[in-house]
Amino acid sequence: MAELITESIAVRADAADEEPDDSQRRRGRSAFWRRLLTPKFVVGAVVVLLIVLFGLIGPLITQDPNAIDNIGLSSPSGAHPLGTTSVGQDVLAQLAHSTRGSLTVGVLVAAFTLGLSAFFGIIGAYIGGITDEGFSLLSNVMLVIPGLPLVIVIASYVESQSVLLVIVVLALTGWAAGARVLRAQTLSLRNREYVLASRVAGERTWRVICVEILPNLLPVMSSGFVFGIVGAVLAEAGLSFIGIGATGSLTWGTMLADAQNGQALLFGAWWWFAPPGLLIAALGAALSLINFSIDEVINPKLRTTNIAKVERRTKREHQS
Amino acid sequence: MSILRKLAFYLVALFAALTLNFAIPRMLPSNPVDVLLGKLQAQGPVTPETRQALMLLFGTDTSVPIWQQYLDYLQSLATGNLGVSVTYFPTPVTEVIASALPWTLVLVGLTTLITFVIGMVIGTIAGWKRGTWVDSLIPSTTILASVPYFWLAMVLVYLLSVTAGIFPLGGGYDVRRTSPELSFEFLSSALYYAALPALTIVISSIGGWILGMRNMMVSTLSEDYVITARAKGLSPKRVMITYAARNAALPSIAGFAISLGFVVGGSVVMEQVFSYPGIGNAFLLAVQNNDYALMQGLFLVITISVLGANLLVDLLYQFIDPRTRARGV
Repeated sequence: MAELITESIAVRADAADEEPDDSQRRRGRSAFWRRLLTPKFVVGAVVVLLIVLFGLIGPLITQDPNAIDNIGLSSPSGAHPLGTTSVGQDVLAQLAHSTRGSLTVGVLVAAFTLGLSAFFGIIGAYIGGITDEGFSLLSNVMLVIPGLPLVIVIASYVESQSVLLVIVVLALTGWAAGARVLRAQTLSLRNREYVLASRVAGERTWRVICVEILPNLLPVMSSGFVFGIVGAVLAEAGLSFIGIGATGSLTWGTMLADAQNGQALLFGAWWWFAPPGLLIAALGAALSLINFSIDEVINPKLRTTNIAKVERRTKREHQS
Repeated sequence: MSILRKLAFYLVALFAALTLNFAIPRMLPSNPVDVLLGKLQAQGPVTPETRQALMLLFGTDTSVPIWQQYLDYLQSLATGNLGVSVTYFPTPVTEVIASALPWTLVLVGLTTLITFVIGMVIGTIAGWKRGTWVDSLIPSTTILASVPYFWLAMVLVYLLSVTAGIFPLGGGYDVRRTSPELSFEFLSSALYYAALPALTIVISSIGGWILGMRNMMVSTLSEDYVITARAKGLSPKRVMITYAARNAALPSIAGFAISLGFVVGGSVVMEQVFSYPGIGNAFLLAVQNNDYALMQGLFLVITISVLGANLLVDLLYQFIDPRTRARGV
């Protein structure tokens, strides 16, 4: 992520001298980054970066998140910047560890989900025939079977839920929608001339998929990955909240579940239940902003050029 | 032909759900029978027949071959026998479900429909007036959409129920004043208790509909037939509704079917926050009490209702969008 930001900032610096016009739009990579670099993207990226940094560095410098004290439910003070839980744990320390936990779950689930949907979506659509029929039937069935109840049923049959189990279950129940999108895209790509050309040239199947098709799917896949993170963080939080999340680990969801069980609402302990929710919302909103920017690059129809602004600018240029 | 194909697909999906329901307890390393017998023994003597029935239900009886178990399972489903609930012993699972289902169906079903309609209207207007101030409201809806539902509900409970005291803390109706019956008192109490849950559902899920509709409107507005309609000098209202919105709504209607699955899932969390006496609450109680029969029964009911709703929308879609009929997909 950090790399992305510095690169974008560099691009932004040289983009400032010249306004992009139609001829430059098609110049590939650098134009792609220039288009991507909207205020929306920068705000989103900065917020995500801050949350990631908090999850990385926070646990190193905060107190022990599990240390119990007899000053339960104390409001924010010097010793505890975000107050304490009902058993006197430091909320800030819990928040830092939870951020790390939730981000780990989010990224891993999104990666597994992407892998599964790429496998079922791309390979099925490329090979076609009975494989495609089978794969798309499977993903359509998975799509209509309600996910959360299925996750609950699976999780309840396992005695102790490890974080890994939660990750695997969320990935197994969440890949179908992505597979459908990738399948549709691959179907339209596989009959393009350059793909046909490389097939005629005798390239092996995996090479055609990896070199010719995959790069064209990257924008769609990256958007799917970003949504996957948000979805997984929310799903994990929901699972933990209803009491069947990973046991013995700290995530935003377990914090909120503890707050609910510890009657934080009745005692008005806003410092306990507000921060985890705000962080989830901030992460979700920031990732959506990034996704918007990616979407606007991929789909030119979504671009809203402010006509009044363009007119003013042309006028100004004429005058100078 | 295409309708037959659809029906066949939903049959396959139903079959897959039934099989999953059968396979999950058998694949996972736990012994629900012992847990259940322990619970049942606490409530009274257990006959060997009960033990046998439970072992059949969960597949721990190795003397019966697996395919025979599967056939027995399908047969007991076909006769509507879902077993006996442990949580509400000795009520049959079917009765527990029947008493919980109306609560969820009415509250979540109606609220989802209302949210969908409002979202589509706002999305249409935002897409029509893109680039203006209406459109700039759109990013705020994404923030709403990324707030975890249960957290939003908690905050609203804190603000509106705990602090302001406008709404009740939770539950389905005022248990001290009235009981479920067809009276004005009960219905008004139920409505009052449903208001806050409904509000939270609307707030948390409306953003997605607005955004989806807005984006489709923006795409549709650049189509040739919309430009033609404008060039003909039709009134803007007519272009917006009959030309653009009608076509732009199609993906959202398809999305509505898919969202029904999430609706039922979401109701589990909603009912946990508000202790609402519906399907989700029963589901969680079943999980907490290791009430496997009730849990499996509820999973089946949820799945079947989602499949049914999907099928209905799918069939409806054929009438709304003639292109799907022409292609015969």
